[in-house]
Amino acid sequence: METKSIMIVGVGGQGSLLASRIIGNVLQSQGFDVKLSEVHGMSQRGGSVVTYVKYGDKVYSPVVQKGEADIIISFEQLEAARYVEFLKKGGHIVTSTQSIDPMPVITGAAVYPEDVIGKLKAKGIDVIAADALTLAEQAGTAKASNVVLMGVVSKKMDFDREVWIKALEECVPAKFLELNKKAFELGEQAAV
Amino acid sequence: MNKLMLGNAAFARGLYEAGCTFVSSYPGTPSTEVTEEAAKYDEMYAEWAPNEKVAMEAALGASIAGARSFCGMKHVGLNVAADPLYTAGYTGVNAGMVICVADDPGMHSSQNEQDSRHHAIASKVCMVEPSDSQECKEFTKAAFELSEQYDTPVIVRMTTRVAHSQSIVELNDRVDNGLKEYKKDISKFVMMPGNAIRRHPIVEDKLRRLAEFSETSPLNKVEYNDTRIGVITSGICYQYAKEALGDKASYLKLGIVVPMPEKLIKDFAAKVDKLYVIEELDPVIENHCKALGIEVIGKELFGMCGEIFQSGVAEKILGEKKEVVSFDEPVPPRPPAMCAGCPHRGLFYCLSKLGVYVSGDIGCYTLGAAAPLCAMDTTICMGASISALHGYNKVRGKDSEKKSVAVIGDSTFMHSGMTGLVNVAYNASNTVTIILDNSITGMTGHQQNPTTGKNLKGDPAAAVNLEELCRSIGIKSVRVADPYNMAQTEKIIKEELEKDGPSVIISRRPCALLKYVKHNPPLKCDKDKCVGCKQCLKIGCPAISIHNGKMEIDHTLCVGCGICKEMCKLGAIGE
Repeated sequence: METKSIMIVGVGGQGSLLASRIIGNVLQSQGFDVKLSEVHGMSQRGGSVVTYVKYGDKVYSPVVQKGEADIIISFEQLEAARYVEFLKKGGHIVTSTQSIDPMPVITGAAVYPEDVIGKLKAKGIDVIAADALTLAEQAGTAKASNVVLMGVVSKKMDFDREVWIKALEECVPAKFLELNKKAFELGEQAAV
Repeated sequence: MNKLMLGNAAFARGLYEAGCTFVSSYPGTPSTEVTEEAAKYDEMYAEWAPNEKVAMEAALGASIAGARSFCGMKHVGLNVAADPLYTAGYTGVNAGMVICVADDPGMHSSQNEQDSRHHAIASKVCMVEPSDSQECKEFTKAAFELSEQYDTPVIVRMTTRVAHSQSIVELNDRVDNGLKEYKKDISKFVMMPGNAIRRHPIVEDKLRRLAEFSETSPLNKVEYNDTRIGVITSGICYQYAKEALGDKASYLKLGIVVPMPEKLIKDFAAKVDKLYVIEELDPVIENHCKALGIEVIGKELFGMCGEIFQSGVAEKILGEKKEVVSFDEPVPPRPPAMCAGCPHRGLFYCLSKLGVYVSGDIGCYTLGAAAPLCAMDTTICMGASISALHGYNKVRGKDSEKKSVAVIGDSTFMHSGMTGLVNVAYNASNTVTIILDNSITGMTGHQQNPTTGKNLKGDPAAAVNLEELCRSIGIKSVRVADPYNMAQTEKIIKEELEKDGPSVIISRRPCALLKYVKHNPPLKCDKDKCVGCKQCLKIGCPAISIHNGKMEIDHTLCVGCGICKEMCKLGAIGE
């Protein structure tokens, strides 16, 4: 199988590392060669963060480059716009509708673009937008918005539901498992 | 058993499997997790040292004592540890000694883009470079073998993309080596001129034998496909080249990067039509090839700066570029910022308001240089804030002494700021030093340090008392401020700047991300009282924004630190 690429983008502190671990677990359980690439350190401090996930028969580079991503999972609208050039032709974007002003917008040095999702759709891109934050709060905590998005993205990938649930069980601490399963389910429903 | 592992975790697994029993490191992105993961194996003693020099000396001591030992650091940390490294190249080892140095092409988390291969060459030790997690483990084990066989420390060079990528690793059992016998050997381990003179030819011979070994070592791999294009590469660049070129090229992948083979390279070069060297940062392999009289294309195509990626290889060698969809409007940048509730914010707002010269240092607080605070004039290297301000003040005199401060974190102060402060006291510098004590090493992801009262394993440890330490080295005025109380903090800074003689202010408040820190409920803005004056924006809090002319607080980010409340003269902010 040709190598497939997924990008998880968001704002430092939003929980993209857990998301990549869940997807990595799913892919490894299906027998793929898998590589994940994460960013630690300075940019985690509220900066724009990117995690790459690649899988196939044999994966070489752990990073995704422009025009290569089959799916972009975005935890924040503006980040979807920032990385849209990385999307492959015919690729999908799964994004949270959450918006977080970056510091240059807060200080007035830049403007947050309006209707980001509408403008991405107007480009002919398949965009699924979900209010992951509200759904996560419904599940019990805003912190689970990453798992809500996993629920959404599971509908864009061809793996059985049980595989995802098993990955959740292996990646999430036991005491938060039920909450995260609920978050995942709300994500699945939002994808429809 | 196969496991998806971070390169750094696989490195730690390699230490475990190789029977390493001593680990001493100083944290630094992207190397930190090697030591954190190593600490999870009970079979290995693991510690954080106050700096890389101490870590390397401790590891060498353990090796001399007969234990397989390890120390880890980022590229700039190796500069700090260069002194023991260069002499360890001469003494050699008893049991194997392996060093991790993690370079950061692209500078994701660093102040420069130096290439550590130069250190390996200059210190006359061996260096190997893995390209994925499996190799991180295997090369670490091979490094211990090489270390013992050739009587030398061996460096395993990591780069960010190898250190912080996960790939599948096959796990093996640990081999317990026990403690080797220690035999007193003055001629080998006491490096005074008479002995070092006799060691140097032995060191040169070691390098010659290592180079000979590299001709046939399985760590160097040749892979013939289409021979119209040949690629010599190592580490992550091998992965980029393979992805971009596949079977369209033949490869010589160097696992041993110092010293490099000659015949292997010449033979490979003779079999391919056009030869490229694909390496990030400096032209180390390229210059080696050119010195052998081999024609290669390298830096002229790929440049010296940043990362290369598969896209760079495809574009430069094949002329291929992927089709992209763009967003039509400018997307505002999202630089890193101090977290909501960060204790550094209050202090830097005071410094920004006072307009003083700020001699900065390395840590989360370097973000004090970012807009809107912009309260920093210099950042050089770990520990430089205090010493550089001393020099600045000595030449500018009274004029600057009353209008300048040095800022340094607790861990950085322990690392190499202390000696700068000794210099300030000893040479009577009229200098104000602010130690930002947030009870943790923040930037690298919460490591303990000698001031926190806990060791790497989380057990209780002796804690340095910063106030007593400063007084004992001769600083008479030592005061503590709470940066959540900006009025008090500003008052203390002003008073200390007015005084003659060196002084220290400890700005003390734990990092807001520490699990044990209890937060207040998020604050809210009373929209009726808010007039949209934007005074609250001056502190650069990521939880605060203005929408429809009124302040808004993001309840998912706010931890109720109250700094913004102190900014609002209209009392619009409350619980």
